[in-house]
Amino acid sequence: MILQALAFYVFAFVVMASAAMVVVSRNPVYSVLFLILAFFNAAALFVLIGAEFIAMILIIVYVGAVAVLFLFVVMMLDINLTALREGFLKYLPIGTIIGVILFFEILLGLGVIGSNQSTLAALGKAGPQVLPIDNTRAIGRVLYTQYFYLFQVAGVVLLVAMIGAIVLTLRSRPGVRRQRISEQLYRPKSDAVTVVKVPTRGGV
Amino acid sequence: MADLINFFTHHWLGQAIVILAECLAVTIPLLVAVAYMTYADRKIWASIQLRRGPNVVGPFGLLQPMADGLKLLLKETIVPSSANGVLFIIAPMIAFMTALIAWAVVPFDNGWVIADINVGILYLFAISSLGVYGVIIAGWASNSKYAFLGALRSAAQMVSYEVSIGFVLITVLLCVGSLNLTKVVLAQSGWFWSWFWLPLLPMFVIFFVSALAETNRTPFDLPMSEAELVQGFQTEYSSMPFALFFLGEYANMILLSALGSVLFLGGWMSPVPYAPFTLIPGVIWFALKIAFLLFVFSWTKGTLPRYRYDQLMRLGWKVFLPVSLGWVVLTAAVLQFGGWVPKL
Repeated sequence: MILQALAFYVFAFVVMASAAMVVVSRNPVYSVLFLILAFFNAAALFVLIGAEFIAMILIIVYVGAVAVLFLFVVMMLDINLTALREGFLKYLPIGTIIGVILFFEILLGLGVIGSNQSTLAALGKAGPQVLPIDNTRAIGRVLYTQYFYLFQVAGVVLLVAMIGAIVLTLRSRPGVRRQRISEQLYRPKSDAVTVVKVPTRGGV
Repeated sequence: MADLINFFTHHWLGQAIVILAECLAVTIPLLVAVAYMTYADRKIWASIQLRRGPNVVGPFGLLQPMADGLKLLLKETIVPSSANGVLFIIAPMIAFMTALIAWAVVPFDNGWVIADINVGILYLFAISSLGVYGVIIAGWASNSKYAFLGALRSAAQMVSYEVSIGFVLITVLLCVGSLNLTKVVLAQSGWFWSWFWLPLLPMFVIFFVSALAETNRTPFDLPMSEAELVQGFQTEYSSMPFALFFLGEYANMILLSALGSVLFLGGWMSPVPYAPFTLIPGVIWFALKIAFLLFVFSWTKGTLPRYRYDQLMRLGWKVFLPVSLGWVVLTAAVLQFGGWVPKL
């Protein structure tokens, strides 16, 4: 258990520190890299409580796909570092208010304050439970039965977003020469190659 | 003696020592394999081009990888003055580390695995998707046009081909009913035609081609195409950082070959499930299968010309993605209606 406890504190500390660095660091590329580090350590925390499926999905989806695109965009931008710092104090009060509200919402949700006192006690007992089935299967069983419609709706929402993005960027420009692979493949040899019998010293 | 066993199985320090020893037992043979993979690669290309290849250092040139390693070690590590120093050094470390940590879940024989986790396939998929960071950070931190272009190409390419690898993994796990790599191998027991390469042949081909693209090998080596981009994202690297990229690339190739043999070639299983063949240890069969796939890697590099970038994207998104998606649906339908759904 000592190893687990040690691992927990290391991961938890790195999550907090890197999350703070996402906001604080001056260079946006560093911010994205710290965000990736935070995702990674959050995944490690999921592993520690025995939710290995969610941990892996977190890495595959957020670290492997979303953050790569973030990094891509941020690296392509020509960023003026001093301009980014301007207005930091102007937005500080509103940011603080939002942060405080979110913090109290978490406390409410956990049941530290408010009427629902029992949740925190239940959370304290939660640890790696010995389930009869592994949690990939457990998630699959509820996701595709009980929450089937919600799952489908989530898929449709993502599809709409994707189509929206495609519609916004798709434009047909005149005069663009497209490669048509099938036409190229069906082109007969007689169109493509001419065999010329060149007489010696005569030239073509 | 009993005390000693108890120490290693129950005490936390003993467990940590055991884990460390297991990691070394995988990493050291892997690094030797990487060194000799570079040698084998050069020999195979040489044979394809009717040359001799490395044959001077040691008998048959067998010490050539050691000499190369020593040379790289003794060179000066140059950090370009306008590069981002920290990230410039971290990038090759990430590239090398991600290639190593994936080996934690690869089963070398029945029970020969460091971490026999339930989500082995997902773990490998997650780690292989991290490989892109080494490349992209290197490209950005180098502060050079060639490196940046190479990194962008590489990132786009890896993200594209990962999608089809994901669908390939889904078809396999549909047939197995588990994400555990040991169970994936056990599900393929029997003669060599009951391994998944035959029933899922199109997926095996897609997996192999995507593996070539993931590791930036010919015909998909656009990120470091010498003729256009000098050496792509590695342009500014020298000495040990370069060596780490190089080793990471080869370790990744070996990893994807290992994954290919676990998923499609029956892992440690012998091709004939009878006495003289089953007596050979599983780890040797596994190594042979990896060696076979690695040979095909070198063979392709020695044979094929490079893809054009738009053709590469077309292949990934317009050919592999629909085909693998369709094959997932087909596999699911065949399993469901043929009554072959794996018992849970």
